[in-house]
Amino acid sequence: MRRKRNVAIVMVGMILILLLAVAGCSQKEGSKSGDDGQGTAKLEGTLTIAGSTSVQPFSEVLAEKFQEKNPGVKVNVQGGGSSQGVEATISGAADIGAVSRDLSDEEKNRAKLTVTPIAIDGVAIVVNPANQVSGLKTEDVKNIYLGNIKNWKEIGGIDAPITVVSREDGSGTRDAFTNIVMNKEDIVKSAIIQNSTGAVKTTVAGDKNAIGYVSMSKVGKDIKALDIDGNQAIEANVKSGTYKLQRPFIYITKDNPQGLAKAFIDFVLSPEGQNIIVEEGAFKIK
Amino acid sequence: MELITKPGLSNCEKKNRSLIVAENRHRRVDVEKLIEKTLLLSAAVFVLIIALITIFIFAKGLPLFSKIGLGDFLFSNQWNPTKGFFGIGTMFIGTLLVTMGAMLWSVPIGLSSAIFMAEIAPPRIGKTLGQLVNLLAGIPSVVYGFVGLIVIVPFIRESFGGNGMSLLAGAIILGIMILPTIINISRDSLLAVPNDYKSSSLALGATHFQTIRYVIVPAARSGIITSVVLGMGRAIGETMAVVMVTGNSAMIPTSILAPIRTMTSNIVLEMGYASGDHQTALFATGMVLFLLIVGLNLIINRLAKAGTDDGRG
Repeated sequence: MRRKRNVAIVMVGMILILLLAVAGCSQKEGSKSGDDGQGTAKLEGTLTIAGSTSVQPFSEVLAEKFQEKNPGVKVNVQGGGSSQGVEATISGAADIGAVSRDLSDEEKNRAKLTVTPIAIDGVAIVVNPANQVSGLKTEDVKNIYLGNIKNWKEIGGIDAPITVVSREDGSGTRDAFTNIVMNKEDIVKSAIIQNSTGAVKTTVAGDKNAIGYVSMSKVGKDIKALDIDGNQAIEANVKSGTYKLQRPFIYITKDNPQGLAKAFIDFVLSPEGQNIIVEEGAFKIK
Repeated sequence: MELITKPGLSNCEKKNRSLIVAENRHRRVDVEKLIEKTLLLSAAVFVLIIALITIFIFAKGLPLFSKIGLGDFLFSNQWNPTKGFFGIGTMFIGTLLVTMGAMLWSVPIGLSSAIFMAEIAPPRIGKTLGQLVNLLAGIPSVVYGFVGLIVIVPFIRESFGGNGMSLLAGAIILGIMILPTIINISRDSLLAVPNDYKSSSLALGATHFQTIRYVIVPAARSGIITSVVLGMGRAIGETMAVVMVTGNSAMIPTSILAPIRTMTSNIVLEMGYASGDHQTALFATGMVLFLLIVGLNLIINRLAKAGTDDGRG
Protein backbone atom coordinates (compact mmCIF):
# COMPACT_ATOMS: atom_id res chain seq x y z
CA MET A 1 0.00 0.00 0.00
CA ARG A 2 2.67 2.41 1.07
CA ARG A 3 4.75 1.77 -1.99
CA LYS A 4 1.73 2.26 -4.23
CA ARG A 5 1.11 5.63 -2.68
CA ASN A 6 4.71 6.63 -3.15
CA VAL A 7 4.55 5.65 -6.78
CA ALA A 8 1.44 7.74 -7.18
CA ILE A 9 3.14 10.76 -5.63
CA VAL A 10 6.18 10.35 -7.84
CA MET A 11 3.94 10.07 -10.88
CA VAL A 12 2.06 13.20 -9.98
CA GLY A 13 5.36 14.97 -9.41
CA MET A 14 6.67 13.84 -12.76
CA ILE A 15 3.52 14.91 -14.55
CA LEU A 16 3.81 18.32 -12.96
CA ILE A 17 7.43 18.67 -14.02
CA LEU A 18 6.54 17.49 -17.50
CA LEU A 19 3.74 20.04 -17.72
CA LEU A 20 6.08 22.80 -16.60
CA ALA A 21 8.66 21.71 -19.14
CA VAL A 22 6.08 21.62 -21.92
CA ALA A 23 4.77 25.04 -20.92
CA GLY A 24 8.29 26.41 -20.92
CA CYS A 25 9.06 24.91 -24.32
CA SER A 26 5.91 26.11 -25.99
CA GLN A 27 6.49 29.60 -24.68
CA LYS A 28 9.98 29.62 -26.10
CA GLU A 29 8.71 28.43 -29.45
CA GLY A 30 6.04 31.11 -29.45
CA SER A 31 8.43 33.94 -28.80
CA LYS A 32 10.85 32.58 -31.35
CA SER A 33 8.36 32.57 -34.19
CA GLY A 34 7.30 36.04 -33.15
CA ASP A 35 10.88 37.31 -33.31
CA ASP A 36 11.58 35.75 -36.66
CA GLY A 37 8.55 37.28 -38.31
CA GLN A 38 8.17 37.11 -42.04
CA GLY A 39 10.97 38.46 -44.12
CA THR A 40 8.53 39.46 -46.86
CA ALA A 41 7.00 42.40 -44.91
CA LYS A 42 7.69 45.80 -46.37
CA LEU A 43 6.55 47.86 -43.38
CA GLU A 44 8.45 47.81 -40.13
CA GLY A 45 8.46 49.75 -36.90
CA THR A 46 6.14 50.83 -34.13
CA LEU A 47 3.04 52.97 -34.42
CA THR A 48 1.43 54.57 -31.38
CA ILE A 49 -2.23 55.55 -31.32
CA ALA A 50 -3.53 57.39 -28.26
CA GLY A 51 -6.73 59.14 -27.31
CA SER A 52 -10.45 58.58 -27.02
CA THR A 53 -11.51 55.50 -25.11
CA SER A 54 -14.52 55.27 -27.42
CA VAL A 55 -12.28 54.86 -30.44
CA GLN A 56 -9.90 52.57 -28.57
CA PRO A 57 -11.76 49.29 -29.14
CA PHE A 58 -12.04 50.10 -32.85
CA SER A 59 -8.36 50.99 -33.07
CA GLU A 60 -7.45 47.80 -31.24
CA VAL A 61 -9.27 45.53 -33.67
CA LEU A 62 -8.00 47.51 -36.65
CA ALA A 63 -4.45 47.36 -35.25
CA GLU A 64 -4.74 43.62 -34.77
CA LYS A 65 -5.75 43.09 -38.38
CA PHE A 66 -3.10 45.53 -39.59
CA GLN A 67 -0.40 43.68 -37.66
CA GLU A 68 -1.58 40.39 -39.12
CA LYS A 69 -1.06 41.79 -42.58
CA ASN A 70 2.25 43.44 -41.72
CA PRO A 71 4.09 41.20 -39.29
CA GLY A 72 6.99 43.63 -38.93
CA VAL A 73 4.74 46.32 -37.49
CA LYS A 74 3.82 46.80 -33.87
CA VAL A 75 0.83 49.05 -33.18
CA ASN A 76 0.36 50.35 -29.62
CA VAL A 77 -3.16 51.48 -28.84
CA GLN A 78 -3.60 53.62 -25.73
CA GLY A 79 -6.56 55.34 -24.11
CA GLY A 80 -6.48 58.56 -22.14
CA GLY A 81 -9.35 60.49 -23.71
CA SER A 82 -9.79 62.69 -26.75
CA SER A 83 -8.01 65.71 -25.28
CA GLN A 84 -5.01 63.62 -24.34
CA GLY A 85 -5.00 62.21 -27.85
CA VAL A 86 -4.64 65.75 -29.18
CA GLU A 87 -1.89 66.54 -26.64
CA ALA A 88 0.01 63.36 -27.42
CA THR A 89 -0.17 64.01 -31.15
CA ILE A 90 1.07 67.58 -30.82
CA SER A 91 3.90 66.57 -28.47
CA GLY A 92 4.83 63.67 -30.70
CA ALA A 93 4.20 61.02 -28.02
CA ALA A 94 1.65 59.45 -30.33
CA ASP A 95 1.83 59.08 -34.11
CA ILE A 96 -1.94 59.15 -34.41
CA GLY A 97 -4.39 60.80 -32.04
CA ALA A 98 -7.87 59.30 -31.74
CA VAL A 99 -10.64 61.80 -31.05
CA SER A 100 -14.35 61.18 -30.69
CA ARG A 101 -15.55 64.77 -31.16
CA ASP A 102 -14.87 67.70 -33.42
CA LEU A 103 -11.65 69.55 -32.68
CA SER A 104 -12.05 72.85 -30.87
CA ASP A 105 -10.83 76.02 -32.55
CA GLU A 106 -8.14 76.32 -29.94
CA GLU A 107 -6.88 72.83 -30.72
CA LYS A 108 -6.94 73.55 -34.43
CA ASN A 109 -4.81 76.66 -33.91
CA ARG A 110 -2.15 75.01 -31.77
CA ALA A 111 -0.49 73.00 -34.48
CA LYS A 112 -1.03 71.98 -38.05
CA LEU A 113 -3.14 68.91 -37.54
CA THR A 114 -4.53 66.78 -40.32
CA VAL A 115 -7.98 65.45 -39.49
CA THR A 116 -9.15 62.17 -41.00
CA PRO A 117 -12.70 61.10 -40.10
CA ILE A 118 -12.83 57.29 -39.89
CA ALA A 119 -16.35 56.58 -38.65
CA ILE A 120 -19.58 58.06 -37.26
CA ASP A 121 -21.09 56.87 -34.02
CA GLY A 122 -24.80 57.28 -33.39
CA VAL A 123 -26.28 57.00 -29.90
CA ALA A 124 -29.77 55.53 -29.74
CA ILE A 125 -32.10 56.19 -26.81
CA VAL A 126 -33.89 52.91 -26.27
CA VAL A 127 -37.01 51.81 -24.40
CA ASN A 128 -39.03 48.64 -24.01
CA PRO A 129 -41.11 47.84 -27.14
CA ALA A 130 -44.23 47.90 -24.94
CA ASN A 131 -43.63 51.56 -24.12
CA GLN A 132 -46.16 53.81 -25.85
CA VAL A 133 -43.71 56.71 -26.05
CA SER A 134 -42.08 56.69 -29.47
CA GLY A 135 -40.12 59.91 -29.49
CA LEU A 136 -38.57 62.46 -27.12
CA LYS A 137 -36.86 65.81 -27.27
CA THR A 138 -33.17 65.88 -26.41
CA GLU A 139 -34.12 68.14 -23.49
CA ASP A 140 -36.52 65.49 -22.12
CA VAL A 141 -33.86 62.80 -22.31
CA LYS A 142 -31.47 65.07 -20.45
CA ASN A 143 -34.06 65.77 -17.75
CA ILE A 144 -34.78 62.07 -17.34
CA TYR A 145 -31.09 61.36 -16.82
CA LEU A 146 -30.74 64.34 -14.48
CA GLY A 147 -33.55 62.89 -12.37
CA ASN A 148 -35.92 65.83 -13.03
CA ILE A 149 -38.44 63.76 -14.97
CA LYS A 150 -39.28 60.69 -12.94
CA ASN A 151 -42.53 59.40 -14.39
CA TRP A 152 -43.47 58.38 -17.91
CA LYS A 153 -46.75 60.30 -17.65
CA GLU A 154 -44.81 63.58 -17.66
CA ILE A 155 -43.71 62.89 -21.22
CA GLY A 156 -46.76 61.27 -22.71
CA GLY A 157 -46.51 57.77 -21.34
CA ILE A 158 -48.38 55.74 -18.76
CA ASP A 159 -48.30 56.54 -15.05
CA ALA A 160 -45.20 54.59 -14.08
CA PRO A 161 -41.79 55.48 -12.63
CA ILE A 162 -38.96 55.60 -15.14
CA THR A 163 -36.15 53.08 -14.66
CA VAL A 164 -33.06 54.95 -15.78
CA VAL A 165 -30.35 52.65 -17.14
CA SER A 166 -26.84 53.91 -17.78
CA ARG A 167 -23.36 52.63 -18.56
CA GLU A 168 -20.41 52.59 -16.16
CA ASP A 169 -17.91 55.42 -15.73
CA GLY A 170 -15.18 55.21 -18.32
CA SER A 171 -17.39 53.61 -20.97
CA GLY A 172 -17.13 55.22 -24.40
CA THR A 173 -20.89 55.11 -24.92
CA ARG A 174 -21.44 56.87 -21.61
CA ASP A 175 -18.83 59.40 -22.58
CA ALA A 176 -20.68 60.05 -25.84
CA PHE A 177 -24.00 60.30 -24.04
CA THR A 178 -22.78 62.70 -21.34
CA ASN A 179 -21.09 64.89 -23.96
CA ILE A 180 -23.92 65.03 -26.47
CA VAL A 181 -27.06 64.82 -24.34
CA MET A 182 -26.05 65.76 -20.82
CA ASN A 183 -23.72 68.62 -21.64
CA LYS A 184 -21.31 66.97 -19.17
CA GLU A 185 -23.73 67.21 -16.25
CA ASP A 186 -23.86 64.24 -13.86
CA ILE A 187 -26.25 61.39 -14.47
CA VAL A 188 -28.68 60.83 -11.59
CA LYS A 189 -27.15 58.58 -8.94
CA SER A 190 -30.08 56.22 -8.71
CA ALA A 191 -29.56 55.13 -12.33
CA ILE A 192 -29.08 51.41 -12.81
CA ILE A 193 -25.53 50.83 -14.04
CA GLN A 194 -24.76 48.06 -16.52
CA ASN A 195 -21.31 47.51 -17.91
CA SER A 196 -22.04 46.28 -21.41
CA THR A 197 -24.32 47.06 -24.31
CA GLY A 198 -25.77 43.57 -23.95
CA ALA A 199 -26.61 44.12 -20.27
CA VAL A 200 -28.30 47.46 -21.03
CA LYS A 201 -30.37 45.77 -23.75
CA THR A 202 -31.36 42.89 -21.46
CA THR A 203 -32.39 45.32 -18.74
CA VAL A 204 -34.45 47.50 -21.08
CA ALA A 205 -35.98 44.47 -22.80
CA GLY A 206 -37.00 43.04 -19.42
CA ASP A 207 -38.40 46.17 -17.77
CA LYS A 208 -41.24 47.93 -19.57
CA ASN A 209 -40.52 51.20 -17.74
CA ALA A 210 -36.84 51.31 -18.53
CA ILE A 211 -34.90 53.74 -20.68
CA GLY A 212 -31.31 53.25 -21.77
CA TYR A 213 -28.81 54.24 -24.41
CA VAL A 214 -26.70 52.11 -26.73
CA SER A 215 -24.64 52.56 -29.84
CA MET A 216 -27.14 52.86 -32.69
CA SER A 217 -25.80 49.89 -34.61
CA LYS A 218 -26.48 47.65 -31.59
CA VAL A 219 -30.24 48.27 -31.39
CA GLY A 220 -31.91 44.91 -31.91
CA LYS A 221 -35.44 43.60 -32.05
CA ASP A 222 -35.93 43.37 -28.27
CA ILE A 223 -35.75 47.10 -27.72
CA LYS A 224 -37.14 50.20 -29.40
CA ALA A 225 -35.06 53.20 -30.44
CA LEU A 226 -36.83 56.51 -29.85
CA ASP A 227 -37.09 59.31 -32.39
CA ILE A 228 -35.12 62.29 -31.12
CA ASP A 229 -36.50 65.77 -31.86
CA GLY A 230 -38.71 64.16 -34.48
CA ASN A 231 -35.94 62.35 -36.33
CA GLN A 232 -35.86 58.61 -36.59
CA ALA A 233 -32.78 56.86 -35.22
CA ILE A 234 -31.49 55.41 -38.47
CA GLU A 235 -28.15 55.47 -40.26
CA ALA A 236 -29.38 57.77 -43.04
CA ASN A 237 -30.43 60.45 -40.54
CA VAL A 238 -27.09 60.19 -38.78
CA LYS A 239 -25.23 60.69 -42.04
CA SER A 240 -27.47 63.57 -43.16
CA GLY A 241 -27.00 65.15 -39.74
CA THR A 242 -30.69 65.46 -38.83
CA TYR A 243 -30.37 62.94 -36.00
CA LYS A 244 -28.36 64.93 -33.49
CA LEU A 245 -27.16 62.27 -31.05
CA GLN A 246 -24.04 61.44 -33.00
CA ARG A 247 -20.34 62.12 -33.00
CA PRO A 248 -17.45 61.59 -35.37
CA PHE A 249 -14.50 59.29 -34.77
CA ILE A 250 -11.44 60.98 -36.17
CA TYR A 251 -7.74 60.26 -36.40
CA ILE A 252 -5.45 63.24 -36.24
CA THR A 253 -1.81 63.44 -37.29
CA LYS A 254 0.78 66.17 -37.22
CA ASP A 255 0.95 67.45 -40.79
CA ASN A 256 -0.01 64.91 -43.43
CA PRO A 257 0.21 61.30 -42.38
CA GLN A 258 3.38 59.63 -43.58
CA GLY A 259 4.95 56.21 -43.65
CA LEU A 260 3.46 53.83 -41.15
CA ALA A 261 0.75 56.25 -40.01
CA LYS A 262 -0.36 56.77 -43.61
CA ALA A 263 -0.36 53.02 -44.29
CA PHE A 264 -2.51 52.44 -41.21
CA ILE A 265 -5.00 55.22 -41.99
CA ASP A 266 -5.25 54.00 -45.59
CA PHE A 267 -6.03 50.55 -44.22
CA VAL A 268 -8.71 51.99 -41.92
CA LEU A 269 -10.35 53.81 -44.83
CA SER A 270 -10.14 50.78 -47.13
CA PRO A 271 -13.30 48.68 -47.59
CA GLU A 272 -11.81 46.05 -45.28
CA GLY A 273 -11.08 48.57 -42.54
CA GLN A 274 -14.50 50.18 -42.87
CA ASN A 275 -16.16 46.77 -42.62
CA ILE A 276 -14.32 46.17 -39.36
CA ILE A 277 -15.70 49.47 -38.09
CA VAL A 278 -19.23 48.41 -39.00
CA GLU A 279 -18.73 45.02 -37.30
CA GLU A 280 -17.52 46.76 -34.15
CA GLY A 281 -20.59 48.96 -34.05
CA ALA A 282 -20.18 52.32 -35.79
CA PHE A 283 -21.18 53.64 -39.21
CA LYS A 284 -18.93 53.92 -42.25
CA ILE A 285 -17.65 57.36 -43.02
CA LYS A 286 -18.76 57.30 -46.66
CA MET B 1 8.21 -4.46 3.62
CA GLU B 2 10.54 -6.70 5.61
CA LEU B 3 11.96 -9.70 3.93
CA ILE B 4 10.31 -12.79 5.22
CA THR B 5 12.73 -15.65 5.13
CA LYS B 6 10.97 -18.61 3.74
CA PRO B 7 12.07 -22.01 4.90
CA GLY B 8 14.03 -24.03 2.41
CA LEU B 9 16.02 -21.21 0.90
CA SER B 10 19.72 -21.74 0.52
CA ASN B 11 22.23 -19.39 2.14
CA CYS B 12 23.22 -18.05 -1.22
CA GLU B 13 19.66 -17.17 -2.08
CA LYS B 14 19.24 -15.49 1.28
CA LYS B 15 22.29 -13.38 0.64
CA ASN B 16 21.00 -12.34 -2.76
CA ARG B 17 17.68 -11.36 -1.33
CA SER B 18 19.19 -9.17 1.33
CA LEU B 19 21.32 -7.47 -1.28
CA ILE B 20 18.25 -6.64 -3.33
CA VAL B 21 16.51 -5.31 -0.26
CA ALA B 22 19.45 -3.08 0.56
CA GLU B 23 19.46 -1.72 -2.96
CA ASN B 24 15.72 -1.11 -2.85
CA ARG B 25 16.13 0.71 0.39
CA HIS B 26 18.83 2.85 -1.13
CA ARG B 27 16.69 3.74 -4.14
CA ARG B 28 13.77 4.50 -1.89
CA VAL B 29 15.78 7.06 0.03
CA ASP B 30 16.53 8.79 -3.27
CA VAL B 31 12.90 8.76 -4.28
CA GLU B 32 11.90 10.07 -0.85
CA LYS B 33 14.27 12.98 -1.24
CA LEU B 34 12.98 13.73 -4.71
CA ILE B 35 9.40 13.74 -3.45
CA GLU B 36 10.30 15.96 -0.54
CA LYS B 37 12.01 18.42 -2.83
CA THR B 38 9.07 18.40 -5.26
CA LEU B 39 6.61 19.08 -2.48
CA LEU B 40 8.81 21.81 -1.08
CA LEU B 41 8.98 23.39 -4.52
CA SER B 42 5.20 23.28 -4.89
CA ALA B 43 4.77 24.93 -1.51
CA ALA B 44 7.34 27.57 -2.42
CA VAL B 45 5.56 28.33 -5.71
CA PHE B 46 2.28 28.72 -3.88
CA VAL B 47 3.74 31.08 -1.29
CA LEU B 48 5.42 33.04 -4.06
CA ILE B 49 2.12 33.42 -5.94
CA ILE B 50 0.36 34.77 -2.87
CA ALA B 51 3.23 37.13 -2.14
CA LEU B 52 3.25 38.42 -5.71
CA ILE B 53 -0.50 38.99 -5.78
CA THR B 54 -0.33 40.88 -2.49
CA ILE B 55 2.60 43.02 -3.61
CA PHE B 56 0.92 43.71 -6.96
CA ILE B 57 -2.39 44.83 -5.48
CA PHE B 58 -0.74 47.10 -2.95
CA ALA B 59 1.80 48.50 -5.40
CA LYS B 60 -1.02 49.36 -7.80
CA GLY B 61 -3.44 50.66 -5.20
CA LEU B 62 -1.34 52.56 -2.67
CA PRO B 63 -0.29 55.43 -5.01
CA LEU B 64 -3.92 56.64 -4.87
CA PHE B 65 -3.42 57.81 -1.30
CA SER B 66 -0.77 60.29 -2.32
CA LYS B 67 -3.58 62.08 -4.19
CA ILE B 68 -6.60 61.52 -1.98
CA GLY B 69 -6.60 60.93 1.74
CA LEU B 70 -7.45 57.49 3.11
CA GLY B 71 -10.43 59.00 4.90
CA ASP B 72 -11.80 60.54 1.71
CA PHE B 73 -11.39 57.24 -0.07
CA LEU B 74 -13.07 55.11 2.57
CA PHE B 75 -15.80 57.42 3.82
CA SER B 76 -16.69 59.78 1.00
CA ASN B 77 -19.86 58.87 -0.88
CA GLN B 78 -18.76 60.66 -4.04
CA TRP B 79 -17.73 58.19 -6.71
CA ASN B 80 -17.25 60.06 -9.95
CA PRO B 81 -13.93 58.81 -11.30
CA THR B 82 -14.04 60.75 -14.56
CA LYS B 83 -14.24 63.96 -12.53
CA GLY B 84 -11.68 62.91 -9.93
CA PHE B 85 -13.93 61.85 -7.03
CA PHE B 86 -12.94 58.49 -5.59
CA GLY B 87 -15.02 57.74 -2.52
CA ILE B 88 -16.01 54.13 -1.97
CA GLY B 89 -18.21 54.83 1.07
CA THR B 90 -21.39 53.86 -0.78
CA MET B 91 -19.88 50.61 -1.98
CA PHE B 92 -18.53 49.74 1.43
CA ILE B 93 -22.02 50.19 2.81
CA GLY B 94 -23.45 48.30 -0.18
CA THR B 95 -21.19 45.34 0.49
CA LEU B 96 -22.05 45.32 4.19
CA LEU B 97 -25.80 45.62 3.60
CA VAL B 98 -26.07 42.94 0.95
CA THR B 99 -23.89 40.59 3.00
CA MET B 100 -25.96 41.18 6.11
CA GLY B 101 -29.16 40.73 4.13
CA ALA B 102 -27.94 37.41 2.81
CA MET B 103 -26.79 36.18 6.24
CA LEU B 104 -30.05 37.24 7.82
CA TRP B 105 -32.00 34.52 6.08
CA SER B 106 -29.41 31.99 5.01
CA VAL B 107 -27.77 31.48 8.42
CA PRO B 108 -30.97 30.31 10.18
CA ILE B 109 -32.01 28.16 7.23
CA GLY B 110 -28.52 26.81 6.71
CA LEU B 111 -28.08 25.91 10.38
CA SER B 112 -31.50 24.29 10.63
CA SER B 113 -30.77 22.24 7.52
CA ALA B 114 -27.39 21.19 8.89
CA ILE B 115 -28.97 20.09 12.18
CA PHE B 116 -31.68 18.21 10.32
CA MET B 117 -29.16 16.47 8.08
CA ALA B 118 -26.76 15.60 10.88
CA GLU B 119 -29.13 14.70 13.69
CA ILE B 120 -32.69 14.13 12.63
CA ALA B 121 -32.76 12.71 9.12
CA PRO B 122 -31.95 9.02 8.65
CA PRO B 123 -28.27 8.73 7.63
CA ARG B 124 -29.10 7.77 4.06
CA ILE B 125 -31.33 10.79 3.51
CA GLY B 126 -28.76 12.99 5.24
CA LYS B 127 -26.14 11.78 2.78
CA THR B 128 -28.38 12.39 -0.24
CA LEU B 129 -29.14 15.89 0.99
CA GLY B 130 -25.40 16.46 1.46
CA GLN B 131 -24.82 15.55 -2.17
CA LEU B 132 -27.55 17.97 -3.22
CA VAL B 133 -25.86 20.70 -1.24
CA ASN B 134 -22.57 19.92 -2.97
CA LEU B 135 -24.38 20.25 -6.28
CA LEU B 136 -25.61 23.66 -5.20
CA ALA B 137 -22.02 24.63 -4.37
CA GLY B 138 -20.81 23.57 -7.80
CA ILE B 139 -23.07 25.84 -9.85
CA PRO B 140 -21.07 28.71 -11.39
CA SER B 141 -21.96 32.10 -9.96
CA VAL B 142 -22.90 33.54 -13.35
CA VAL B 143 -25.69 30.98 -13.51
CA TYR B 144 -27.01 32.18 -10.16
CA GLY B 145 -26.83 35.71 -11.49
CA PHE B 146 -28.71 34.78 -14.62
CA VAL B 147 -31.44 33.03 -12.67
CA GLY B 148 -31.61 36.08 -10.44
CA LEU B 149 -31.95 38.38 -13.43
CA ILE B 150 -34.61 36.30 -15.17
CA VAL B 151 -36.63 35.11 -12.16
CA ILE B 152 -35.99 37.09 -9.00
CA VAL B 153 -35.62 40.61 -10.44
CA PRO B 154 -38.94 40.52 -12.37
CA PHE B 155 -40.59 38.86 -9.37
CA ILE B 156 -39.51 41.68 -7.07
CA ARG B 157 -40.50 44.27 -9.66
CA GLU B 158 -43.98 42.85 -10.01
CA SER B 159 -44.69 42.06 -6.37
CA PHE B 160 -43.00 44.88 -4.48
CA GLY B 161 -42.52 47.65 -7.04
CA GLY B 162 -39.35 49.46 -7.97
CA ASN B 163 -37.38 48.12 -10.88
CA GLY B 164 -36.39 44.86 -9.22
CA MET B 165 -32.66 45.33 -9.40
CA SER B 166 -32.09 45.88 -5.75
CA LEU B 167 -30.47 45.15 -2.44
CA LEU B 168 -33.19 42.57 -1.88
CA ALA B 169 -32.42 40.69 -5.11
CA GLY B 170 -28.73 40.66 -4.20
CA ALA B 171 -29.42 39.41 -0.68
CA ILE B 172 -31.64 36.60 -1.98
CA ILE B 173 -29.13 35.39 -4.57
CA LEU B 174 -26.13 35.71 -2.24
CA GLY B 175 -28.01 33.88 0.49
CA ILE B 176 -28.58 30.93 -1.84
CA MET B 177 -24.93 30.99 -2.84
CA ILE B 178 -23.57 30.86 0.71
CA LEU B 179 -26.02 28.19 1.90
CA PRO B 180 -23.72 25.30 0.83
CA THR B 181 -20.78 26.76 2.78
CA ILE B 182 -22.87 27.14 5.92
CA ILE B 183 -24.62 23.78 5.63
CA ASN B 184 -21.54 21.71 4.77
CA ILE B 185 -19.22 23.03 7.45
CA SER B 186 -21.89 23.15 10.18
CA ARG B 187 -23.00 19.62 9.35
CA ASP B 188 -19.43 18.31 9.46
CA SER B 189 -18.82 19.92 12.82
CA LEU B 190 -22.14 18.58 14.17
CA LEU B 191 -21.24 15.09 12.98
CA ALA B 192 -17.83 15.41 14.61
CA VAL B 193 -19.34 15.79 18.09
CA PRO B 194 -18.45 12.55 19.94
CA ASN B 195 -21.38 10.17 20.19
CA ASP B 196 -20.77 9.80 23.94
CA TYR B 197 -22.04 13.34 24.49
CA LYS B 198 -25.31 12.49 22.84
CA SER B 199 -25.70 9.17 24.62
CA SER B 200 -24.88 10.71 28.00
CA SER B 201 -27.37 13.49 27.50
CA LEU B 202 -30.09 11.08 26.43
CA ALA B 203 -29.23 8.80 29.35
CA LEU B 204 -29.72 11.72 31.71
CA GLY B 205 -33.27 11.97 30.45
CA ALA B 206 -32.96 14.87 28.03
CA THR B 207 -35.17 14.74 24.97
CA HIS B 208 -33.62 14.60 21.50
CA PHE B 209 -34.30 18.30 20.95
CA GLN B 210 -32.87 19.24 24.35
CA THR B 211 -29.78 17.21 23.51
CA ILE B 212 -29.38 19.05 20.21
CA ARG B 213 -30.07 22.41 21.79
CA TYR B 214 -27.92 22.11 24.91
CA VAL B 215 -25.25 19.57 24.04
CA ILE B 216 -24.57 19.01 20.37
CA VAL B 217 -24.87 22.54 19.00
CA PRO B 218 -22.77 24.09 21.81
CA ALA B 219 -20.12 21.40 21.31
CA ALA B 220 -20.00 22.15 17.59
CA ARG B 221 -20.10 25.90 18.20
CA SER B 222 -16.69 26.83 16.83
CA GLY B 223 -17.32 24.90 13.61
CA ILE B 224 -20.70 26.55 13.20
CA ILE B 225 -19.29 30.02 13.72
CA THR B 226 -16.51 29.20 11.26
CA SER B 227 -19.12 28.23 8.69
CA VAL B 228 -20.92 31.52 9.18
CA VAL B 229 -17.73 33.56 8.88
CA LEU B 230 -16.65 31.63 5.78
CA GLY B 231 -20.08 32.21 4.27
CA MET B 232 -19.67 35.88 5.03
CA GLY B 233 -16.31 35.87 3.25
CA ARG B 234 -17.88 34.27 0.23
CA ALA B 235 -20.69 36.84 0.23
CA ILE B 236 -18.25 39.74 0.43
CA GLY B 237 -16.11 38.34 -2.36
CA GLU B 238 -18.89 37.28 -4.72
CA THR B 239 -19.04 39.41 -7.85
CA MET B 240 -20.68 38.14 -10.98
CA ALA B 241 -24.10 37.27 -9.61
CA VAL B 242 -24.23 40.49 -7.60
CA VAL B 243 -23.35 42.68 -10.55
CA MET B 244 -26.19 41.15 -12.52
CA VAL B 245 -28.98 41.71 -10.00
CA THR B 246 -28.20 44.70 -7.79
CA GLY B 247 -28.41 47.54 -10.32
CA ASN B 248 -25.01 48.94 -9.30
CA SER B 249 -26.00 52.53 -8.51
CA ALA B 250 -23.26 54.16 -6.47
CA MET B 251 -25.54 55.55 -3.78
CA ILE B 252 -26.64 54.68 -0.27
CA PRO B 253 -29.90 52.71 -0.62
CA THR B 254 -33.02 54.26 0.84
CA SER B 255 -34.92 50.97 1.01
CA ILE B 256 -34.30 47.29 0.36
CA LEU B 257 -35.84 47.80 -3.07
CA ALA B 258 -33.22 50.39 -4.04
CA PRO B 259 -30.22 49.45 -6.15
CA ILE B 260 -26.77 49.20 -4.56
CA ARG B 261 -23.19 48.74 -5.68
CA THR B 262 -20.71 46.50 -3.85
CA MET B 263 -16.94 46.90 -3.83
CA THR B 264 -16.42 43.83 -6.00
CA SER B 265 -19.03 45.08 -8.47
CA ASN B 266 -17.25 48.41 -8.64
CA ILE B 267 -14.05 46.73 -9.74
CA VAL B 268 -15.61 44.45 -12.32
CA LEU B 269 -17.90 47.15 -13.72
CA GLU B 270 -15.25 49.70 -14.43
CA MET B 271 -11.99 47.86 -14.91
CA GLY B 272 -12.59 47.55 -18.66
CA TYR B 273 -11.92 51.15 -19.54
CA ALA B 274 -10.29 52.48 -16.40
CA SER B 275 -6.90 54.11 -16.73
CA GLY B 276 -4.70 56.33 -14.62
CA ASP B 277 -6.09 57.34 -11.21
CA HIS B 278 -9.34 55.57 -11.97
CA GLN B 279 -7.52 52.26 -12.33
CA THR B 280 -5.47 52.94 -9.20
CA ALA B 281 -8.71 53.59 -7.31
CA LEU B 282 -10.07 50.21 -8.43
CA PHE B 283 -6.92 48.50 -7.17
CA ALA B 284 -7.30 50.40 -3.91
CA THR B 285 -10.85 49.02 -3.71
CA GLY B 286 -9.29 45.60 -4.17
CA MET B 287 -6.91 46.35 -1.31
CA VAL B 288 -9.80 47.11 1.01
CA LEU B 289 -11.48 43.83 0.03
CA PHE B 290 -8.22 41.97 0.52
CA LEU B 291 -7.78 43.36 4.03
CA LEU B 292 -11.40 42.60 4.86
CA ILE B 293 -11.00 38.96 3.85
CA VAL B 294 -7.65 38.65 5.68
CA GLY B 295 -9.41 40.03 8.76
CA LEU B 296 -12.17 37.44 8.47
CA ASN B 297 -9.59 34.66 8.12
CA LEU B 298 -7.83 35.85 11.27
CA ILE B 299 -11.16 35.70 13.10
CA ILE B 300 -11.64 32.13 11.89
CA ASN B 301 -8.18 31.17 13.15
CA ARG B 302 -9.00 32.63 16.55
CA LEU B 303 -12.26 30.74 16.63
CA ALA B 304 -10.59 27.48 15.68
CA LYS B 305 -8.17 27.89 18.57
CA ALA B 306 -10.94 28.80 20.97
CA GLY B 307 -12.76 25.72 19.77
CA THR B 308 -9.97 23.33 20.72
CA ASP B 309 -9.70 24.92 24.17
CA ASP B 310 -13.41 24.40 24.69
CA GLY B 311 -13.07 20.82 23.61
CA ARG B 312 -10.49 20.16 26.29
CA GLY B 313 -12.48 21.84 29.03
